[in-house]
Amino acid sequence: MNFFAIIGRFTLNALAALGRLTLFAGQALGHLARPPFFIRNISQQILTIGYFSLPVVGLTALFTGAALAQQIYVGSARFNAESTMAAVVVIAIVRELGPVLGGLMVAGRVSSAMAAEIGTMRVTEQIDALVTLSTDPYKYLVVPRLIAGVITLPFLVAVANIIGVFGGFLVATQRLGFNAGNYLSVTMNFLEATDIVSSLVKAAVFGFIIALMGSYHGYHSSGGAQGVGRATTDAVVSAFILILLANLIITIMVFGS
Amino acid sequence: MKDTPKIALDGVKKRFGSKVVLDGVTLNIAKGESLVVIGGSGTGKSVLLKCILGLLKPEEGSIHIDGENTLTRSGKSRREQMARFGMLFQGAALFDSLPVWENVAFGLMKAHGVKRKDARDIALEKLGRVGLSEDVGALFPDELSGGMKKRVGLARAIAADPDIIFFDEPTTGLDPIMSDIINDLIVESVRDLGATTITITHDMASARKIAHSIAMLHKGQIIWQGSQDDVDNSGNAYVEQFIHGRAEGPIKMAVRKG
Ligand SMILES: Nc1ncnc2c1ncn2[C@@H]1O[C@H](COP(=O)(O)OP(=O)(O)OP(=O)(O)O)[C@@H](O)[C@H]1O
Ligand SMILES: [Mg+2]
Repeated sequence: MNFFAIIGRFTLNALAALGRLTLFAGQALGHLARPPFFIRNISQQILTIGYFSLPVVGLTALFTGAALAQQIYVGSARFNAESTMAAVVVIAIVRELGPVLGGLMVAGRVSSAMAAEIGTMRVTEQIDALVTLSTDPYKYLVVPRLIAGVITLPFLVAVANIIGVFGGFLVATQRLGFNAGNYLSVTMNFLEATDIVSSLVKAAVFGFIIALMGSYHGYHSSGGAQGVGRATTDAVVSAFILILLANLIITIMVFGS
Repeated sequence: MKDTPKIALDGVKKRFGSKVVLDGVTLNIAKGESLVVIGGSGTGKSVLLKCILGLLKPEEGSIHIDGENTLTRSGKSRREQMARFGMLFQGAALFDSLPVWENVAFGLMKAHGVKRKDARDIALEKLGRVGLSEDVGALFPDELSGGMKKRVGLARAIAADPDIIFFDEPTTGLDPIMSDIINDLIVESVRDLGATTITITHDMASARKIAHSIAMLHKGQIIWQGSQDDVDNSGNAYVEQFIHGRAEGPIKMAVRKG
């Protein structure tokens, strides 16, 4: 097969996948506002996505914040600019690392689990069974996950931001001899409302991506256990890439001008 | 004038890729009739039920239920129609995130607005009818044996007293006594509830007990249909071979002899 045929086929497949995904998202969003609402499912998903991700997200943020503070200290010391460290740490965490790392960690945990669960339901005909019991699978399975993702990720990222800054604070005060009050006041002075808002908006978008990728790949899985395995991998990989892409777009939109 | 059939299929064709599974199925089922569909493994019996339910979309042909075309229905009207169906899946297809009783009560709560507590009572009653005790109601599907799952699926199918019920191999994997209890249950559903049923089975004893009429699916078409009394002298070599389970005959199974 020649080179252009391969490129052409790849492009066509990619466009077809994009079309299917758009349709899927459209369907799900269409069901978002119309009853019935499966409150029980929503709260259960909030618990799985939110509460059970707290340890992972918290630890990631703590270690990253601490390492970041150490690096920035070393870097800024060369220019005798150690006093800017607190500012750099808080901005890096809140604008980028908190939402991105939080989003990626949750994607790894949650997109895969969603794809596996919904995928298994697909291949064991449980989704067909839902339909025969007059229950729309989008409403019952997809919508609660999307809602839960969009609601919980901002909370998780807010927690990640606080813990991340705290990690930096620990290294600064315990290892590098910074004055605690000073460090905190620099942190507060440099943090702006835009930083926090953009951080939470990113988180909500990532939450949507995580739930959408998990549901989409699970919903369209076929071919038994192997198919479910493939759906799980695809869900995580595509969620990762879309999160990083969305992050870039939002960063440019908010901070690019 | 003849009554409109409860379910009418006309020239239904369904294929997957290049593989033709249903090749023009025409079938009428009267209200209150119990039809048994027989046919070799992989001939498309389950696919046929899924087409009628609207889970699969045939490429050609029409399917009418109570004289209404089902293939053009969508959204709310489709869901309302579904609420009158009960379906036992071949693999039971129980929701493994829910306890057994909630599986059975699912349709009652979601489609018929029955309160959780009342739905639970009905569910336990239906479980009793398939020979499962209240304790089983609290278990999760992965804690059940294959035959128990099948019976829970059956209880779920009949829970909302639907007027059309499809049973995909209801007695496969059950012991002979339990099979007979299930057969009685299907007969009762037809007799007492006036339900119209399609049952797929390989079990001829069961077919004889529950069928008003029998249809045989072969190579994507209904090659014989008749009342159950006629099945023994159908004069159709395919039917003869099938009901007597002979390896020799016009039906060639794709197996290689060593
Ligand atoms: N979703 C699907 N995608 C592709 N092919 C399918 C699909 N579902 C069924 N088939 C094919 O359609 C054919 C008929 O399948 P079906 O499940 O209806 O058989 P069956 O008559 O119910 O057999 P059995 O008695 O073993 O249950 C099979 O050859 C199967 O490979
Ligand atoms: Mg089958």
